[in-house]
Amino acid sequence: MSILINGETRVICQGITGSVGRFHTQQMVEYGTRLVGGVTPGKGGTEVDGIPVFDTVLSARQQTGANASVIYVPPPFAADAILEAADAGIALIVCITEGIPVVDMMRVRQRLERAGEVRLVGPNCPGVITPGECKIGIMPGYIHRPGNVGVVSRSGTLTYEAVWQLSSMELGQSTCVGIGGDPINGTNFVDCLGLFQDDPATEGIVMIGEIGGTAEEEAARFIQKSVTKPVVAFIAGQTAPPGKRMGHAGAIISGGTGTAADKIAALSAAGVIVAESPAVIGARMAEVMGRR
Amino acid sequence: MKIHEYQAKELLRKSGIPVPRGQVAHTPEAARNAYEQLGSKIAVIKAQIHAGGRGKGGGVQLVHSAAQAEEVARAILSRPLVTHQTGPEGQPVRVLLVEEGCDIEREFYLGLAVDRELGCPVLMGSSEGGMEIEQVAADSPEKILKEPIDPSLGLFAYQARRLALGIGLPAKSLGAAVKVISGLSRLFIEKDCSLAEINPLVLTKDGKVMALDAKMNFDSNALYRQPEIGPYRDLSEEDPREVEASKYGLSYIALDGTIGCMVNGAGLAMGTMDIIKLHGGMPANFLDVGGGATTEQVREAFRIILQDESVKAILVNIFGGIMKCDVIAEGIIEAARTCKIEVPVIVRLEGTNVERGRTLLEESGLALIPAASMEDAAQKAVRASEGQAA
Repeated sequence: MSILINGETRVICQGITGSVGRFHTQQMVEYGTRLVGGVTPGKGGTEVDGIPVFDTVLSARQQTGANASVIYVPPPFAADAILEAADAGIALIVCITEGIPVVDMMRVRQRLERAGEVRLVGPNCPGVITPGECKIGIMPGYIHRPGNVGVVSRSGTLTYEAVWQLSSMELGQSTCVGIGGDPINGTNFVDCLGLFQDDPATEGIVMIGEIGGTAEEEAARFIQKSVTKPVVAFIAGQTAPPGKRMGHAGAIISGGTGTAADKIAALSAAGVIVAESPAVIGARMAEVMGRR
Repeated sequence: MKIHEYQAKELLRKSGIPVPRGQVAHTPEAARNAYEQLGSKIAVIKAQIHAGGRGKGGGVQLVHSAAQAEEVARAILSRPLVTHQTGPEGQPVRVLLVEEGCDIEREFYLGLAVDRELGCPVLMGSSEGGMEIEQVAADSPEKILKEPIDPSLGLFAYQARRLALGIGLPAKSLGAAVKVISGLSRLFIEKDCSLAEINPLVLTKDGKVMALDAKMNFDSNALYRQPEIGPYRDLSEEDPREVEASKYGLSYIALDGTIGCMVNGAGLAMGTMDIIKLHGGMPANFLDVGGGATTEQVREAFRIILQDESVKAILVNIFGGIMKCDVIAEGIIEAARTCKIEVPVIVRLEGTNVERGRTLLEESGLALIPAASMEDAAQKAVRASEGQAA
């Protein structure tokens, strides 16, 4: 078992004819993802590496039976791509694109809240992977191994680091979800924590947060109330100065809120094991899983 | 992206929000002329820098004559302005705003920001004008009224009225207040602001509602569709190294420590800074070379780090995902050959093609210090920065 995606997930790629979309489509296919189609308006009827391309998400879904979409569309068109996928009835939308204007994402979120059964992961994220079954995104597949640790993170390479540590200690992963580094995103920590809690295959959870916003504090409240599985966390940015955007659009301490210290305090108070260093995330998980 | 007060007021004026009459001056003589042209007995000379706290730092002064305007302008322009936001070295003042004075009855706060939790803009108002809103939020949060804004439909008029009356604007000025509040809310969404503040918003003795000060920040990701805003960028207000880095698609932020960092990915870059501190060192910078760094980017990253004279050691921490370690290694080797690197460089590579990357570094003959893990790298960097053998 896993969350969000598995070996049955049928994926289309929006922006498949662009260089980034094409490259990662190949990588996903190599990993074993069931990549059934691509969408680029105006290029319907053509193929990319043997994968059929459609003009609209709706026709792609109707003809391929896709239930997930991954988006590599440039920032000015990405919000529209998300809404097109939602409108076409795609259940899981993973948006990799970095640099979408905040106003666009506020409008997207508002529409999706009204749309009901649609889940957006990202934007500005590495994607979602269920090791050995399905990879949707840009993460290096080979560092993962199937197992029972759920990983949820706002970061990309720091997640790879954590996964690497876990895999090196023979702690495989049920599913890894990158929720993205933007201030307004789709799926958040609380959503993923709830899914991992309900997933019988997940026995422990790694949560990687960073400065900015209050998503980690909300997660802490949720964990206290509703999560019984062990959670190991790391919060990046303990040394970040206030008022500076640390690479990610959402990683900024503003008006005294969003500090790492506040987040660590909230998580610790909720019973989460907070790794003091990014180098010991795997070791802390191994300890709580009783496999020293 | 931040802009100056006078630029923000230009945008407000165009949106029908009353602001005091004023003129921009770059020299003491221009300030004198501006005073004379305004024809107002009392005028205010305001230093135009991006940092806040200008008033307390002496960057905002009242003048009563043309001669005094010139004298005050000369004083402000002559030295960097130090405020709680500039750091002790201060920020040089290049531009002044000379404005007519006005008779203030009461001061209020009006602001908009993105509420990340709600996922929409939120309008904030307070009777405590002129104070920093963070302070009001900490001391008396009940004095801040909030209205969430529909990001597609905008602020509704009744919300503007509710906020105006709630913060104590008198009913006889309600129409004027609603115009200001609605105008600022519209501007916020139309211009892709990340922050818009009028503090203080003043009620004048003759019942007018006016923006006495204004602060606006913009979403950098949306500048491509805001042709009017882009030219407002003032590079002299930004750290030159950060500007330089941004030209190469690098995300760089200067810090106070002695260990230069070069990392791929924002989260890992922050994590690397944190682990340096944990082992007793201090990072000299945040630097994210991005997920798909090229040889050129790695070289430029080295060059920018090396420009910082306080750097005593460099820590390169790369987790190669799609970006392969051997490509990064080639970038490091080329950078080391083209820039003169006189400080110890500790390199930690992990991920795709790591063996090939390590071999390349070993065979390069460069005096690089390999590290086996992130922890090992941090310990070695801290020791090296203290002048000990790594």
